[in-house]
Amino acid sequence: MSLTLEQVRRVAHLARIEISDAEAESTLGHLNGIFSLIEEMQAVDTRGVEPMAHAQDLAQRLREDRVTETNRRDAYQAVAPETEAGLFLVPKVIE
Amino acid sequence: MKQWEVVIGIETHVQLSTQSKIFSGSSTAFGAEPNVQANAVDLALPGVLPVLNKGAVECAIRFGLAVDGEVAPKSVFARKNYFYPDLPKGYQISQYELPVVVGGKVAIQVGQGDAATEKVITLTRAHLEEDAGKSLHEDFHGKTGIDLNRAGTPLLEIVTEPDMRSSAEAVAYARALHALVRWIGICDGNMQEGSFRCDANVSVRPVGQKEFGTRREIKNLNSFRFLQQAIDYEVQWQIAHIEDGGRVEQATVLFDPDTGETRAMRSKEDAHDYRYFPDPDLLPLLIDRDWVERTRAAMPELPTAKKQRFVADYGLSAYDATTLTASLEVADFYEATVTVAGKAAAKPCANWVMVDLAARLNKDGKELADSPVSAEQLGGLVARIADNTISNNIAKKVFEALWSGEGQSADEIIEKQGLKQITDTGAIEALIDGVLAANAAMVAEFKAGKEKAFNALVGQAMKATKGKANPQQVNELLRKKLG
Repeated sequence: MSLTLEQVRRVAHLARIEISDAEAESTLGHLNGIFSLIEEMQAVDTRGVEPMAHAQDLAQRLREDRVTETNRRDAYQAVAPETEAGLFLVPKVIE
Repeated sequence: MKQWEVVIGIETHVQLSTQSKIFSGSSTAFGAEPNVQANAVDLALPGVLPVLNKGAVECAIRFGLAVDGEVAPKSVFARKNYFYPDLPKGYQISQYELPVVVGGKVAIQVGQGDAATEKVITLTRAHLEEDAGKSLHEDFHGKTGIDLNRAGTPLLEIVTEPDMRSSAEAVAYARALHALVRWIGICDGNMQEGSFRCDANVSVRPVGQKEFGTRREIKNLNSFRFLQQAIDYEVQWQIAHIEDGGRVEQATVLFDPDTGETRAMRSKEDAHDYRYFPDPDLLPLLIDRDWVERTRAAMPELPTAKKQRFVADYGLSAYDATTLTASLEVADFYEATVTVAGKAAAKPCANWVMVDLAARLNKDGKELADSPVSAEQLGGLVARIADNTISNNIAKKVFEALWSGEGQSADEIIEKQGLKQITDTGAIEALIDGVLAANAAMVAEFKAGKEKAFNALVGQAMKATKGKANPQQVNELLRKKLG
């Protein structure tokens, strides 16, 4: 399997990464290199092997349902570009 | 004219009643000042890691057990990628290929009264995920305000198969699910606060056609009325559109309660490309049999089981039993009433709870929890009807007196206001004799064949007993005397 330039541009757009035509070309090369590596790996017979969802074969640790956090809004908002009435302000989003 | 069949599937976002968020120790309390319940994890500051809330998992297990679904021994959290300012991470942590609950079913009641039939709605899955924050589009000098208090609130998204065939069935399902999640204590059910939100996938197809039509998804319906209105509008829009030669395009639509119409959101070609992948920050969630069984043991009796018990133990009709198990509050109130009144009076207790009390609560716009008449008081009242101390008519008076707090118990009010039913035949006969003597004209009319005069005499006699005699008994005695 190999990618097209159009697919590279689409993935970049989905990830909101701005790329130039030259960058798209070189990225296409990199990604196709990765895909050929994956193709090699797919030659391995994995029938009967359960797919892993994580590199470590461990279970998720759980925490008790307790409120442990206090209000630190001032500290968090001190580094925000703009705030008002306790809200973070961002460029207008219209749905 | 072609006949159309409506096909509906529903996705519901149920906010779980935990104290803290699904992946952080921030409070989930509603109504706080903006952003005071948003910590580093909720804000997606660099270097933070999510830690899963055991309470949220417990809720999912309870739900899986309640709908008789499979609680997955292993489920996986995935990232659903999209960009929106109220989602600071750039992805929502959800579950995709391996959800925590697989399958399940919810029974609904279709139709009213004795004509009602049961229909089972099949669930596809239920999965755990986090809620997003809130965007406030009001005037902030042309900017949007972001409140992240809700970001990270635990949700259980419950997805049905496309099993519903009308807006009425969709509403019946939503109501049944709403009652169930409150019953098992995993959601407060507060729809105004957004604790229970439905998305409806709606399509139409010619009757007899096997394939489904193209569906449109109506987002974020937060009342049963809106759910019904939105589906009704959407269905007639789709039918009119197709009959005019158009084609339904798959789309997400919003319902506008002011106009009662649905309209498509600005179409975003990328909207459905979420590029899900397993979240490397979270390990698989393992739930062992032991945990499931411990949870099962702590579950309340479920609505279906309670309903069957009400029919078997109390001799109620299926309809009555369904009504009385509409919520845990109603069921508990009813059983407490029967406990006081006695099992023999189970049926009149059902009537008092479903009819008289419900109507009175409705009149004052009150919920059962705020009823001025307690289950114990109502049970005490029904007991006095059952043992013939008072008639049904007088009971309504006593009920009203209990409602307005004129006494602590039915017995106290009956005693204080002298409402005890006169059952002594001699006493009633004496009263009737008086009535007959005072109404000679009516007696003559009756004897001349006017049946109406008899009813007037019964009325006079009841009046003479101040309503305290059994009307049936008065009737019989009067007829005997006139006979």
